[in-house]
Amino acid sequence: MSEGVRRRGRIGYLLLLPAAAWLLLFFVVPFYSLVATSLFDPSGSDFRGYEMDYAFGNYADVVRDYAGPFGRSLLYGALATLFCLVLGYVLAYAIAFKSGRWKNLLLVLVIAPFFTSFLVRTLSWKLILADDGVVVNTLQALQVLGDDGRLLATPVAVVAGLTYNFLPFMVLPLYASLDKIDHRLIEASGDLYANPFVGFFKVTWPLSLPGVVSGTLLTFIPAVGDYINAQFLGSTNERVIGNVIQSQFTDANNYPVASALSVLLMVLILAMVLVYVRRAGTEELL
Amino acid sequence: MRWVKERLVLILGLLVLVYTFVPIFVVVAMSFNNPGGRNVYKFGSFTMDNWKDPCAPDDLCSTLATSIQISLLATLVATVLGTLAAFALVRHDFAGRSASNLLIFLPMAAPEIVLGSSLLALFVASGFAGQLGFWTILIAHVMFCLSFVVVTVRARLAGMDDDLEQAAMDLYATPMQTFWRVTFPLVLPGILGAALLSFSLSFDDFIVTNLNSGNTTTFPMYVYGQERVGVPMQVNVVGTLMFVVSIAIVLGMELRNRRRVAA
Repeated sequence: MSEGVRRRGRIGYLLLLPAAAWLLLFFVVPFYSLVATSLFDPSGSDFRGYEMDYAFGNYADVVRDYAGPFGRSLLYGALATLFCLVLGYVLAYAIAFKSGRWKNLLLVLVIAPFFTSFLVRTLSWKLILADDGVVVNTLQALQVLGDDGRLLATPVAVVAGLTYNFLPFMVLPLYASLDKIDHRLIEASGDLYANPFVGFFKVTWPLSLPGVVSGTLLTFIPAVGDYINAQFLGSTNERVIGNVIQSQFTDANNYPVASALSVLLMVLILAMVLVYVRRAGTEELL
Repeated sequence: MRWVKERLVLILGLLVLVYTFVPIFVVVAMSFNNPGGRNVYKFGSFTMDNWKDPCAPDDLCSTLATSIQISLLATLVATVLGTLAAFALVRHDFAGRSASNLLIFLPMAAPEIVLGSSLLALFVASGFAGQLGFWTILIAHVMFCLSFVVVTVRARLAGMDDDLEQAAMDLYATPMQTFWRVTFPLVLPGILGAALLSFSLSFDDFIVTNLNSGNTTTFPMYVYGQERVGVPMQVNVVGTLMFVVSIAIVLGMELRNRRRVAA
């Protein structure tokens, strides 16, 4: 189709140039600058200036001092991604297969809540999970929580907030790949005496894998980097790597340490993404 | 029981959807809240005061105005540059196309905190540490919106048949006429969608903005700053308005599409 009308020549470069230049200048070069800053002598300051001395020791220091926040970021991000996958799959499946002519309306409703400010939404979770709120009182009445048990300022609240905030990033790719599935394949599995569960795990689930892979990536990456949920819904015990990076930059003004943390986070995420995509066998997605 | 069993998945799906709306109900309810005491996370009594004077708290409306200015400009620049790039990637063949695709993809795979700290490192290293503010925020926002624009418009272009364009050419339309009368109107919904996405990404951003803002304060930064002392109820008025306005825009576009299809 569009392969046929692809034109050669200089116009392609001209059209691409402004966007590519912007990304080179303000994405690629900055990342280089971040890596360089992470190797500066940490005893400098942004007033006196830093000296480049290839201080790879910064990375050792950072791993030693901030393993906790790193671990929490990855753990909270992974849990939130898992919950998003369960909730998102149910919702995407219902829209793709069960919604009939309400499909488009439901898709609009999926993204609608997320047009309200991210911070305002997260703050309203603070209210929903508050100590004498409905949720906590109900859970106390059901003896799920102790009488002085709470949700706010616990890891539960942070994971709940992350799950909520990144759900659409899961639902939309899942929907896109479920919607493409040929219904006749699922019917065929029924005709061949597969019960609905077997049919789901042998037909629907494998065919939806591209959506599962891109949905989990789109959820996991921002969830690991986020610190608003930890800041608003957690206590100081739930501080994640984002909190540390931002305070090292803006409060402590320790640029080399903050940069090393940032580079390490990026490398960790890229490594995990590559391993994950390899194992899922869907490299063509990238 | 049978009825429920047959519709179980749909019911569960709708429950998930209801769950996504819970915080929105809270935001709308709190916009009518008169907390009375100091605890702003509790419903005190009903009042219209927040709606009558949303600008009452210091800085709320000025930071909102800053945010709107930045988002409009960032959307404009990102949409134009991103659309041009999408045309290049779908309609043109040149060496380095796959490298360009990677360059577009990577910013979306990087967590915001990494994007923000990279830019800050660059600005500080190149001596712009003192000039952080409106323009550095704008540069950052265009950067992270661009990839989303390219991806959205590219999807629209790639899914488009070129039959209509061929027909226009066959009927002796010049390339210019073909582009403006056939191609562009067909791609327009994708471009508008991309612009809407850009605006909401930019308007909502806190993490990247906070690192590159200097003394400039955007609306999300204002909310973040107020969180410790208790957010004024008027913030919920803004939250409610954002929800209503964006729903109206999205539904309007959807209705227009339906009428097109019907006609």
